[in-house]
Amino acid sequence: MTLDSIDEQVILPDPMALKRLAVSESGFVFDPVSGHSFTVNETGLVILHALQRDSRLNDIRELLSSDYDVDSQNLDRDLLEFLGSLSNQLEHP
Amino acid sequence: MTDQSDPEAQAGKLKPWIKPSIVMHRSGLVNKFGAVRRDRWQTDIEEVPIGELVHDFGSPLFVISESKLRDNLHRLMRAFTARYPSVRYAWSYKTNYLGAVCNTFHQEGAWAEVVSAFEYEKARALGVPGEQILFNGPHKPRAILERAIKEDAHIHIDHLDELYLIETIAKETGKVVDVTIRLNFETGYTENWGRFGFNVESGQAIDAAWRIARSEQLRLTGLHSHIGTFVLDQRAYGAQARIMCAFLQEAEDKTGCEIETLDFGGGFASHNALQGIYLPPEQVVPSFDQYAEAICTPLIEATYERSARGRPLPILILETGRAVVDDAESLVTTVVANKRLPDGRRCVVADAGVNTLFTAFWYNHQVLPTRELIGTPEETVIYGPLCMNIDVVRSSILLAPLKAGDTLVISPVGAYNNTQWLQFIEYRPNVVMVHPGKEVSLVRSAEKLDSITAHEHLPKHLSSPVKSK
Repeated sequence: MTLDSIDEQVILPDPMALKRLAVSESGFVFDPVSGHSFTVNETGLVILHALQRDSRLNDIRELLSSDYDVDSQNLDRDLLEFLGSLSNQLEHP
Repeated sequence: MTDQSDPEAQAGKLKPWIKPSIVMHRSGLVNKFGAVRRDRWQTDIEEVPIGELVHDFGSPLFVISESKLRDNLHRLMRAFTARYPSVRYAWSYKTNYLGAVCNTFHQEGAWAEVVSAFEYEKARALGVPGEQILFNGPHKPRAILERAIKEDAHIHIDHLDELYLIETIAKETGKVVDVTIRLNFETGYTENWGRFGFNVESGQAIDAAWRIARSEQLRLTGLHSHIGTFVLDQRAYGAQARIMCAFLQEAEDKTGCEIETLDFGGGFASHNALQGIYLPPEQVVPSFDQYAEAICTPLIEATYERSARGRPLPILILETGRAVVDDAESLVTTVVANKRLPDGRRCVVADAGVNTLFTAFWYNHQVLPTRELIGTPEETVIYGPLCMNIDVVRSSILLAPLKAGDTLVISPVGAYNNTQWLQFIEYRPNVVMVHPGKEVSLVRSAEKLDSITAHEHLPKHLSSPVKSK
């Protein structure tokens, strides 16, 4: 199963939850609703910024594959895991 | 969209992929040992690249260093012979009875310390003469005792039934057998292993000495005790030496025997991190010199007078297993998968689990990647390949993201894994030894289906999975 076949609404975190996050350039993330803070790494930060700009999944994949040395299978696999983790942290902290 | 401030991006070069991660900040206990060391990875074992080893011998893979085995034994013997004139070393087979390991130690002058018929037969098959075998353990069936007596092995008596059996065999064969009795007692530092040997405090041990003294077939020439395992307080050995020397004096005075050997067993700790011990092994594990000082000082004090009277000092015997073999072996394992647990923790599945690494049940082994890992270290659980919930190699370790196919080096694993490992669900893997000069030998082949089914017998009516009509 690739990300193409997955419903974006199912896999992407809640857009409102994403918008409320305060994200620093060093990867420090603060959620003012739950009060929790997080650290995202370099690629996590690129994805988070893109999500806050309402980027679509395909845009994010293109963005990452144009900058990073990664094949599409690993990219899809890691993106799927990160988005799941992000949703989980924001919705069920 | 490229970051224009990034020189790699400006040069049109793709950046290395880092698995994206998000880690929640948690308050709680502070790590007293500071931040994670990111600069630690291991690319070779004894200068042989790990990638090459895995390519040639597969994964998982046990890798033993011959030089380390020899060096460890040299260090142990140096520590003791510098403090006491007469020291003998016997290799504890149960710790690791791979033939290549045993013979490395035998080539350095080690005798064999065995605890079963199987181990006795293995030592003899390797070429160790009977008179260089110490035969310990609570279960020595008659057939193997007959052989051991015939071959002049040194038998350490565990209980009265064995004493009588040895006496009977000696009568039947017309031999006078030199025997050692195993003692147990309270050192004040370790839990008394009262199930082995004869108790000193209750008088069992002196009664056994009396019984041997009255026998025409037996001669008490040695005392043995083994006070525990992974003993971190060397003072326990000082207490052991004082108690054994006091018993030696009592036994010689009361029964007229002449004790020639004092066997201190094993139990020295290795540089492994026991679960539940807060401090790292470098801070809690005594050195060989500290153990030697603890034993030899009271031993010399107690036997000084004997030496002055011209009687020979008893030979000090060591059966140290774990501390000389543990850090000479590593286990290379490959990451099979990455997962997220429902509680958010990261976990990896490796191809080696508690089936190959039995000591994972009680140690927090050191786990090092074989390349520099890029990314934020996260609390990670390392699971093995078994379809069993108990298959946990490390329940919590800080590791940067790993990819499927990455290799990890787990160490030290030389003690008790190649003897207690399980043929459970998976085949047991290859074991190789790296010799001086970077030569590598296969010292135990990975199992195949035949290795397991060779001992099975199918009744005729069960020879097919289809029921016959």
